Amino acid sequence: MDLTTEKWDLEIKPQDKWYHQDFASVWRYRELLFILVRRDFVAQYKQTILGPLWLIIQPVVTTLIYSVIFGYVARIGTDEIPRLLFYLSGLTLWAYFTDCISKNSSTFLANSSIFGKVYFPRLIVPLSILVSNMIKLVIQMLLFLSVWLYYLITTNTVFPHYLYILFFPVLVLMMAGLGFSIGILISSLTTKYRDLTFLVGFGIQLLMYVTPIVYPMSALPERFRLIVFLNPVSSIIEAFKFMFLGTGTWNWWALGYSFLFLVVLTFFSLILFKRVEKTFMDTI
Amino acid sequence: MSKTIIRVENIGKQYRLGNVGTGSLMSDINRWWHMARGKEDPYLSVGDENDRLAKSGSNLVWALKDINFEIKEGEVLGIIGNNGAGKSTILKILSRVVGPTVGSIKVKGRIASLLEVGTGFHPDLTGRENIYLNGAILGMSKREIKSNFDAIIDFAGIDRYIDTPVKRYSSGMYVRLAFAVAAHLDPDILIVDEVLSVGDADFQAKCLGKMKDATVQGRTVIFVSHSMAAVKQLCNRAILLKNGTIAVDGPVLDGIGAYLNVAKPIADNGIIPENVSSYTNGDAKFKYIDVKNLKGDSVNILHYNQPFILNVELEVKRDIDNAIIDFSLGSYESRYSYTSTFDNDKKNISLKKGVYKISVQLNPNLLPGEYGFYLAVHDMDGTGHTLDLVERIKFIKIIPTTEDNSPRYPLNISLGTMRTDGEWKINKTL
Repeated sequence: MDLTTEKWDLEIKPQDKWYHQDFASVWRYRELLFILVRRDFVAQYKQTILGPLWLIIQPVVTTLIYSVIFGYVARIGTDEIPRLLFYLSGLTLWAYFTDCISKNSSTFLANSSIFGKVYFPRLIVPLSILVSNMIKLVIQMLLFLSVWLYYLITTNTVFPHYLYILFFPVLVLMMAGLGFSIGILISSLTTKYRDLTFLVGFGIQLLMYVTPIVYPMSALPERFRLIVFLNPVSSIIEAFKFMFLGTGTWNWWALGYSFLFLVVLTFFSLILFKRVEKTFMDTI
Repeated sequence: MSKTIIRVENIGKQYRLGNVGTGSLMSDINRWWHMARGKEDPYLSVGDENDRLAKSGSNLVWALKDINFEIKEGEVLGIIGNNGAGKSTILKILSRVVGPTVGSIKVKGRIASLLEVGTGFHPDLTGRENIYLNGAILGMSKREIKSNFDAIIDFAGIDRYIDTPVKRYSSGMYVRLAFAVAAHLDPDILIVDEVLSVGDADFQAKCLGKMKDATVQGRTVIFVSHSMAAVKQLCNRAILLKNGTIAVDGPVLDGIGAYLNVAKPIADNGIIPENVSSYTNGDAKFKYIDVKNLKGDSVNILHYNQPFILNVELEVKRDIDNAIIDFSLGSYESRYSYTSTFDNDKKNISLKKGVYKISVQLNPNLLPGEYGFYLAVHDMDGTGHTLDLVERIKFIKIIPTTEDNSPRYPLNISLGTMRTDGEWKINKTL
């Protein structure tokens, strides 16, 4: 038998080629992905009285507090948008983004007991986090849409760009992509150097202040705007406000920059994740 | 000839001793710099064999080195060795939980590994939800789980509790459910670690039975265990690992025999080394062991039902008034199969300081197989305690013919380890 032509289903090697990604096996394990989503969702609300109602309570309370602190106390403008709607619009996508980062950034550490015992494509876990957070996003979007409809009908303060709302799914995908790649980048690095775990919560908090969440872009002096737009999330939040509230900016250049940022980051974090998934059990 | 479905080539696994983190950034950069210039990883050439007792300058060890073997379809391979020999590491590499440092493994077919039962069980989820979760983690499809669902509940025997969160389960129910899921895996290659050692004897027997079924169906199984009885029962081939390298690769009995010798150095020339006692308080010491047939020749192989003479030398270092000496034989399955005690007409003997030559003629009627000698001397004063105990110090092999070569007992060892005569009565009643 000619050994070189023998067909093997699987080859276990120290490292694959750096660009090699096994998306086929991720697809094979798609059922596991949805079972993990179900697990996250079911397990989270077991033994709670309010259950998924917490998904509504959280943004409502945060919005109220922001309205008081940033609106009444600090008197930051909202581009004439009712305060509740303004803060809620900023927080909805932002919450999705930060949830994805913070959950994904502990992929390896939190799952080491499973990863240490059985193989499945490790990417399934961060992908399942994207999906289960997506369910939360849908519920929180329903909250946002009802508040939005209320103000749209009863007041004359909101002027949506309806055609642009068609782009909303693209914005969500970009947010998902950024949350995913930043998250797995951090989780890959923390397997060896734990320093980054300290940075996650703290960094997300800081990042919020260079994102137009609690202030409108128009409230910023011209020279700061470029800095804020260097944050790839800013243009997405701005675009979201542009389509639903009519304020904010729709900047193709900024959106293009965010997209490019997303592609490059995803590329690198996938490569790093791939390398780490083979070795992390030895270093974690 | 059946086809090769796993080929392991030059597998090695290197570990760093001490803390990961401190100083590793510098060596990472150094390694990256070598790789970037197309040079070899500077840390691969160093590193010691994994002998935990040896001191050495390097803080890198090879948990596995130069591992080569092939597994054919339908083979049941046992991997045995002392703690730290690399058994679990090779299983983890085969299960793709950790990557090898060097080498490659090629596989045909679907692998399922069982390094632990109940991986990923979530305490808040119900039994039903956990069956799906655990099954999916182990690589079963939803359809497979669904079609096996009733069988799984049945095997676990937890029908009533299936919609209760598993955190409310007793630990026995938990383990039974976990194993039930694993038992219904249907891979081409099954990798099993010592997980089966959890649970009570009944459960273990059930697990072994299930694994035996798998092997009967022609499935390829790789099995790691410290239980030689289980390995012998299940496997047809064994690999003995020693300090991360393959010491023996062959039929299961060879592997087990070698393992038990590895555990205790055998007295080949009859002289028992100083430091092999399993227990000693220094007051007495067995020095020499020899087995002779009745003609006076030293032998290692005996026929079934052939008497032999055991010669032992015992050095006594203080006077002992009230001693008992016993010599035992043990097979792989049981620690002891047979014991003969020197009790001097129901009275214990008194030993004076000096060297004794003990000779005893035995015919323990052991069934064919391989047996190791255990020698012990005890002081029975007060509560009684052991003065010296050496285990499996020498082996004899019993072969299945009688001395006059009439093949009256082609006996199978699985009938036990010993045969005794009884007073039989057989009457035809109808």
